[in-house]
Amino acid sequence: MADNEMYALHVNGTRHEVADAWIGESLLYVLRERLGLLGSKGACEQGECGSCSVLVDDELVCSCLVLAASAVGQAIVTIEGIAPHGAPSDVQRAFVECGAVQCGFCTPGLIMATHALLERTPQPTGSEIREELSGNICRCTGYGRIIEAVQRVAVWRSIEP
Amino acid sequence: MSTATREGTIKGRLGDSPPRPDGLAKTQGAFAFAGDLSADGFLWGATLRSPHAHARIRGIDLSAAWKIDGVAAVITAGDVPGKPTYGLISKDQPVFAADVVRYVGEPVAAVAADHPETCRRALAAIVVDYEMLPPLFDPERAIDGSHPPIHPDGNVIRRQRIITGDQSLQGEVIVEGTYELGMQDQAFLGLEAALALPDPGGAGVELFVATQWLHEDRGQIAACLGLAPEEVRLTLGGVGGAFGAREDISLQVHTCLLALRTGRPVRLAYSREESFLGHVHRHPATIWMRHHATAQGSIQRIEARLVLDGGAYASTSSAVLINAVTHVQGPYKCANATVDGYAVRTNNLPCGAMRGFGVVQACFAHEGQMDKLAAACGLDPVEIRLLNAMETGDSLITGQVIENVAPVAECITRVAALPLPDAPVGGRDGDPLDLPGGAGLTADPAHIRRGIGWGVAIKNLMYSEAFDDYATARCTLSNGVASLKFATVEVGQGFVVLAQQIARSVLGVDDVVLEPIDTTIGSAGSTSASRQTWMSGGAVDGACRLVRERLFELVGAQYDIEPVQLAIDGRDVIDTMGTLRVSVSAATAGIELVETFEHHHRPTEELDENGHGNCHTAFAFVAHRAVVDVDPELGLVKVVQVATAQDVGVALNPLSVLGQIEGGIAQGLGLAVMEEIIFTDGRVRNASFTDYLLPTMLDMPTVVAALIEHPDPMAPLGAKGVGEPPTISSTPAIVAAIRDAIGRDLSRVPVRPADICLP
Repeated sequence: MADNEMYALHVNGTRHEVADAWIGESLLYVLRERLGLLGSKGACEQGECGSCSVLVDDELVCSCLVLAASAVGQAIVTIEGIAPHGAPSDVQRAFVECGAVQCGFCTPGLIMATHALLERTPQPTGSEIREELSGNICRCTGYGRIIEAVQRVAVWRSIEP
Repeated sequence: MSTATREGTIKGRLGDSPPRPDGLAKTQGAFAFAGDLSADGFLWGATLRSPHAHARIRGIDLSAAWKIDGVAAVITAGDVPGKPTYGLISKDQPVFAADVVRYVGEPVAAVAADHPETCRRALAAIVVDYEMLPPLFDPERAIDGSHPPIHPDGNVIRRQRIITGDQSLQGEVIVEGTYELGMQDQAFLGLEAALALPDPGGAGVELFVATQWLHEDRGQIAACLGLAPEEVRLTLGGVGGAFGAREDISLQVHTCLLALRTGRPVRLAYSREESFLGHVHRHPATIWMRHHATAQGSIQRIEARLVLDGGAYASTSSAVLINAVTHVQGPYKCANATVDGYAVRTNNLPCGAMRGFGVVQACFAHEGQMDKLAAACGLDPVEIRLLNAMETGDSLITGQVIENVAPVAECITRVAALPLPDAPVGGRDGDPLDLPGGAGLTADPAHIRRGIGWGVAIKNLMYSEAFDDYATARCTLSNGVASLKFATVEVGQGFVVLAQQIARSVLGVDDVVLEPIDTTIGSAGSTSASRQTWMSGGAVDGACRLVRERLFELVGAQYDIEPVQLAIDGRDVIDTMGTLRVSVSAATAGIELVETFEHHHRPTEELDENGHGNCHTAFAFVAHRAVVDVDPELGLVKVVQVATAQDVGVALNPLSVLGQIEGGIAQGLGLAVMEEIIFTDGRVRNASFTDYLLPTMLDMPTVVAALIEHPDPMAPLGAKGVGEPPTISSTPAIVAAIRDAIGRDLSRVPVRPADICLP
């Protein structure tokens, strides 16, 4: 493929060389196909469903809408960087406990979005949860158990901040 | 193996809601979906699709595509070595269109290349010479014969009448209406994806794929590849939702063909736009109904004419039609019926399975009728439904007697007793997110009107019309650990956790290992038709019980006790008439007890020409009540609350049941007010999540659910399937609530703003 580039991305605290990549590749594609970070999911490819949510310089973005080469020099955090594998985060534990996971395809994006929400707003109202997470589509659960999971984490954090 | 004794009771038995075994991995992004699978040296595959609804292929020029660097294969219909067509019921759909294309999106060719972008360029370089043919879009023209056949099998896929009782009876009260439903997409999030690994020398192929039924796929794929079924081995790739859309073949044969042609692994994955074209959808339908009743409101006779647009290929249209015509009476007593139904072929997208499978369409019509009947008889929506509610022992219009638990009246009265929302009309505290239209601040709270509506449904469980959709499972017990093997597809519904619960309950073990889900064991049937809890649950239960018998024989022989005296108590085998207590771990130390069980449901019959016969296996029931706020000037709807009571038999995993109820209601809400595939001349105008609107967290109301638990004696675990009912009557309940709010008839879903604000 013509128009190839070499650049480096900082993902989950590690520098990754991206060699021989087509310049048109999205951040989602590069994370998944070149760096082997398969936790970010692609379901709509146009920023509507939130399945590919990652943090770029602490901002929650849809990685399908970001050109990988444009993220050079920024700190990228993916679902793989949210918590060590053997020590799941409180959000991850709550999603499993509350029945917020069915097929699981939307789940990594929702975990990212929930962490971002609770960083900004530690004790969100029901209305705030719905507004802040409305960019993440789930087709299985009808959202009830997801809202429950977010509220459970807020309670946990209020007890043991 | 640890021999430490565990404290306390076994966690995660039937009736508990233990964490699902794949849950944590899914939250960590570590669960492998089909689209995550890869192999050394793989190629990407991609599919060329027809841009025309109906055209003859005069020629295909592949030469420019072959010349692109990185292209390894370009294949068309001539490259299909086996059967050129496939299909679930009738094999009428080409792997690649050979001479004629019949819908926009029909596969014409496929390529394999080194990069997705190379694939896109190769597809763009393929030149197809099309000669336009007159398209057939109007189902009525398929019925009246005024359009030439668009397929050798003709334009009517199936016609089915139900003629029962007095054909001339006229009620004291007669109400009628025509109801329309648009085409709904399953819109699972995990796009179609597969990885095919060719055997050396092309002797066979291994396919990892997201599907609903591995063995059915294997049969269809092998036939098209010209291979024996055992030369095609399928393993389930992680499935990101299904809802019926994975019941038919999509990319399976193409992926295998590319792998066999190139001798290299091939990954094929659809884009979202392609997914809208590449799988079957819910049938759009037009249903006319006329109800005859006594002045007091008792239904005496129904008349109905149902027309389902099956699109270009048959898929499961004939079975969807049977469900629609046999459920059109709803969960109500009715002795006389005149029903005529058609599933027809057009040049629209092929339609097939989606959650509810024909009953969604029928229910929207019969529930609209019930409200008309209530109004005509001076009753309220609850009174008319209770008056006519079906009971165990009643006959359907097909003559089939309902032998299942049938708590229709109880579902209705339980819902009626659930609290209405305490939020005032237009929400509380002036939060704009509670208003129709949300944060756009478009709605004036002073103009908002609230409405309440009802929907009640009957749904068949399992497959119908003489189909033996059995399920197989194997249980191995060794050293106090059970292993389960089955081909039951996990699409997200949670069979994996239910299977563990069954084994723990039957065998008194904590640890239950799940073996890979693949075709190295007998079929489990499809993950559809609300059937896996009953069928595969029955198979796992049966296999575990056989192993438990072996265990009791073993222990009985060892201690000279009659095996029938033995029972499982906690983690131990105990003598119910003596003092023996030995742990399952100790009793199975160093040995392996292995048993396989096939669960078959009772036989069913095909319908005869008058629509009579015991065609269905079992039934479940559900009631919904919806509360909506409507802005009648802008045509905006906010669903405030959905209350439901569902006949579940037994809630084997209450959290999973609630998840099915809430998720099903979300899809019913989508059909009621948001979701429709829109066409112009057969071309989809909204094949994206930007334009095909799905319910978000802001669109979903509070769900208040009551579980009606009466164990069904016919069900292996007493439990009925719970997946489909929530989707079925939630839609008519929401539409009835909108009608109630604006005081006007609405006969089409999804309800669009113009339907509300323009008379």
